[in-house]
Amino acid sequence: MIHFVVLISRQGKVRLTKWYSPYSQKERTKVIRELSGLVLNRGPKLSNFVEWRGLKVVYKRYASLYFCMCIDPEDNELEILEIIHHYVEILDRYFGSVCELDLIYNFHKAYYVLDELLIAGELQESSKKTIARLIAAQDSLVEAAKEEANSISNIIAQATK
Amino acid sequence: MGSQGGFGQSKEFLDLVKSIGEARSKSEEDRIILREIETLKRRIVEPDIPKRKMKEYIIRLVYVEMLGHDASFGYIHAVKMTHDDNLLLKRTGYLAVTLFLNEDHDLIILIVNTIQKDLKSDNYLVVCAALNAVCRLINEETIPAVLPQVVELLGHQKEAVRKKAIMALHRFYQKSPSSVSHLISNFRKKLCDNDPGVMGATLCPLFDLITIDVKSFKDLVVSFVSILKQVTERRLPKSYDYHQMPAPFIQIKLLKILALLGNGDKHASGQMYTVIGDLMRKCDASTNIGNAVLYECICCVSSIYPNTKLLEAAAEIISKFLKSDNHNLKYMGIDALGRLIKINPDVAEQHQLAVIDCLEDPDDTLKRKTFELLHKMTKSSNVEVIVNRMIDYMISVNDFHYKTEIASRCVELAEQYAPSNHWFILTMNKVFEHAGDLVDIKVAHNLMRLIAEGFGEDDDAADSQLRSSAVESYLRIVTEPKLPSAFLQVICWVLGEYGTADGNYSASYITGKICDVAEAYSSDETVKAYAITALMKIYAFEIAAGRKLDILTECQSLIEELAASHSTDLQQRAYELQAVVCLDAHAVECIMPSDASCEDIEIDITLPFLNSYVQQSLQNGAQPYIPEDARTGALSVSSFSNQEHRETSSHGLKFEAYEMPKPPVPSRPPPVSISTDLVPVPEPSYSRETHVSPPVLSASSSGSSELKLRLDGVQKKWGRPTYSSSPTSSSGVSPSPANGASKVEPAAPSTSRPRETYKDSKKAEVDPEKQKLAASLFGGASKSEKRASSTSHKASKGSSHSTGTSSVSKSSVPSTSEVKSPPQPLPDLLDLGEPTVSTIVPSADPFMQLEGLLDHDESGSTGSNAALDSTAKVPDIVSLYSELQVSGHDSSSTISPLSSNGSNNKNLKRTVSGGSPQGMKGPNLKEALEKDALVRQMGVNPTTQNPNLFKDLFG
Repeated sequence: MIHFVVLISRQGKVRLTKWYSPYSQKERTKVIRELSGLVLNRGPKLSNFVEWRGLKVVYKRYASLYFCMCIDPEDNELEILEIIHHYVEILDRYFGSVCELDLIYNFHKAYYVLDELLIAGELQESSKKTIARLIAAQDSLVEAAKEEANSISNIIAQATK
Repeated sequence: MGSQGGFGQSKEFLDLVKSIGEARSKSEEDRIILREIETLKRRIVEPDIPKRKMKEYIIRLVYVEMLGHDASFGYIHAVKMTHDDNLLLKRTGYLAVTLFLNEDHDLIILIVNTIQKDLKSDNYLVVCAALNAVCRLINEETIPAVLPQVVELLGHQKEAVRKKAIMALHRFYQKSPSSVSHLISNFRKKLCDNDPGVMGATLCPLFDLITIDVKSFKDLVVSFVSILKQVTERRLPKSYDYHQMPAPFIQIKLLKILALLGNGDKHASGQMYTVIGDLMRKCDASTNIGNAVLYECICCVSSIYPNTKLLEAAAEIISKFLKSDNHNLKYMGIDALGRLIKINPDVAEQHQLAVIDCLEDPDDTLKRKTFELLHKMTKSSNVEVIVNRMIDYMISVNDFHYKTEIASRCVELAEQYAPSNHWFILTMNKVFEHAGDLVDIKVAHNLMRLIAEGFGEDDDAADSQLRSSAVESYLRIVTEPKLPSAFLQVICWVLGEYGTADGNYSASYITGKICDVAEAYSSDETVKAYAITALMKIYAFEIAAGRKLDILTECQSLIEELAASHSTDLQQRAYELQAVVCLDAHAVECIMPSDASCEDIEIDITLPFLNSYVQQSLQNGAQPYIPEDARTGALSVSSFSNQEHRETSSHGLKFEAYEMPKPPVPSRPPPVSISTDLVPVPEPSYSRETHVSPPVLSASSSGSSELKLRLDGVQKKWGRPTYSSSPTSSSGVSPSPANGASKVEPAAPSTSRPRETYKDSKKAEVDPEKQKLAASLFGGASKSEKRASSTSHKASKGSSHSTGTSSVSKSSVPSTSEVKSPPQPLPDLLDLGEPTVSTIVPSADPFMQLEGLLDHDESGSTGSNAALDSTAKVPDIVSLYSELQVSGHDSSSTISPLSSNGSNNKNLKRTVSGGSPQGMKGPNLKEALEKDALVRQMGVNPTTQNPNLFKDLFG
């Protein structure tokens, strides 16, 4: 099971956090501090796994962003590494050549994508296409809602003129 | 798609994000966020906030919370937002509550109603959003509220809903297995769902169910095998392919399940052999995901009923992993090796040099994994090498958590496999010296007991030699600064008990050392207690031996200081010491016999000798015994007060003290029998190890304190039976550490093993250092295996020695050739800055190319050039993949070939882009520039701080 997903920038700034196991706000801060110390200082040629508090953290660097997932000791690290990559590929498809900035300003969208990929700490869907379709469906509804809201407000605006 | 049309937030929020991005320190960031919190607190309670504005506030709250601050003041607004009818707002509300709230939060109750309503919605997107929230927020109490609806959704026409419903039920199962126990048949049914996504999701709960109860799922073996077969034969839709592997994540999950089902079941395993064998043969070992599947195959093979062929295949894969340059694969290889040696210990032998390499690798993760492997393959023949290595590493690490773990592993191995007592003591000394505060205090007691008892053999000479060497080593160590408390306790106890036993050291020398300890660690009362008891023992032995007692002035002052101590425990010990040194030799020898810490004493817990006294008291009008549970606290105040002080020192205020009778001060029959009778010393089950048994006192004042003695006896009789129920192994007068030790851990390593005299000096002449180490690790391992089967100790020793040698030389041949030959065609998939990979492996996978892209040092210079190239070539590649084109994401067409191309078009790409992998990512640079421009338009300009922000994550 994945206990949490954390995205940290090279400078140690938090870009996204998702907790599947209960951690208090205090613990979360501590976890992130510990992890960034652990992960950011590792050399480039070393393995992508770190043992931490009896659990394992699998991380991968993309440009200046570190994707970290914390898993149980008996989980398959290589698989998790691929889940991270899977997520990045989906983000890339969604944002169109995703960059860190996309995630900074659209972190909530990154959350929506993550929610379609992982649920309750498990991989729920391994087809990129399915996820893309679901997100697109949600977005189109959102777009429709926006237009509707606009048109209504237009009508109101015109009516009250 | 997502970022087009602006970022959709207000300027204010964008400015916030920007200022956070530009913050130079954590404290600056905190200041900004605190200001934001103030703003939000004020704004969010304003009346009539437009919904769109509210939505933004909620997202800002998420941002605040994400950066580690408390946004609880806004939780209620997020909860309110989930009530909204507009999906846009509802979705935001659900996102926020799932991020904010843990399942035990009070606000959950306000959401359950909404969730119930939304689960019934005819818009499947609403249902999906609600199910996401269900997985995160529903706790054991609220499961019944949503369970019927979730079960109903298993039959929903949309596969996305069915999938999430399954995952929700899985979550329920994790929280409260009983809540869904009647639904297990649903999981079985959903395994046959015609959507592979639903089927894949169903594997998660099934895995958990099978982990708990294998037997009732044995009938599914055939189904799982057939699904796995179909997956590997690419029967699933293409969209489940990942880097050309057919649905690898589903394969891995299936393999995990098969490993459980086949464990120890020959019949079930037999059904799996073919499909696993095929999978291992066909699997593409050049991609990371392929290796993930292969690793899972090894786990499966080592779990199910052994099959020689599969084991061989597994061993082969492991050797590929270990020979790889990629640290991830090495790590997986070491882990897999650890699994395989459980079945076949010989596998390790051929990889010895690779293992040694990993042990000396600068990568800590790999090192630790290797220690784990060594821990698994420890035998009495290689324990010395392994434990020494572990200790060296233990000294070097700072991580508290890991240090504790490795220390306890060292102790465990040493206790289990120690080749000699001497080695054991030295090893424990090292562990204590460097991690004494981290190991269990029981370990210290074990060590004391070991030194006191010897190794159970009737070889007094060896035992005393052992003690001498212990004393010697402690006298050496004791001068080191800052020793852990537990270790000092051991040192004091051993010095007190055996410091003067062999006559090598004078009493004044030893007592001097002990005094130094007590002074140096004056804040540690336990150590001081051990120290003064040790002094008492040494003086007692001196007196008993008839030597003139010469108390050093420093010792004298220490005793006086402790006699005036605030700790009553220390005080008592000091007074006892003063009393003992005034006695004559005969009395001292009786109360403090030398080396008697292991003598057994018998205790009659009914204390029959007191019967007459009790009778007499009753006749004289004393109150009869009141059972413990009927007793009130007030009753015992006076009668217990005389022992109270022994406890108070260590526990401070103890509220239930009056209900818990203290361990009785050992009573004794009238003083006449002092010299003949064994004195019963009840060992209080909760006492610290530092209790000095007080008979000393009573002995010294025996003549006058008849009354007090009897009183003690009465309490003993009335006390809790448990306190005195376990007879302890001490001759009453010697202090109790030995008692404590022997009581705590009766199953300590008392059986000594013949010391391994295996030496590898011969090999050292021909082989390098590493092989020597390897030989001592692995050669020894195989040796002991062989010896176990043979009956004749000596003969087997000789023969096994030669086999050990030959195995080493044999395995050295392939391993040296491995070093010389160019790296195996397992590419370095995951290394970021590995430029050589592409030249070594011309047929590498797309994944590797992706990795190459991460080399961002070069991307800037080649970017614009490559952009031209790639714009020209994109259509070619895409036309090869019309299937992807259909999906119609223009923006994704640059990435899609990356994720799904074959080796042929990869070559094409190579030639087009002139060998520069960055070529493919050309258009992204453009997009990045566009994004940059867009952000600038909005007045946000973060580029100054961190240009990387615009860098494509893939390039």
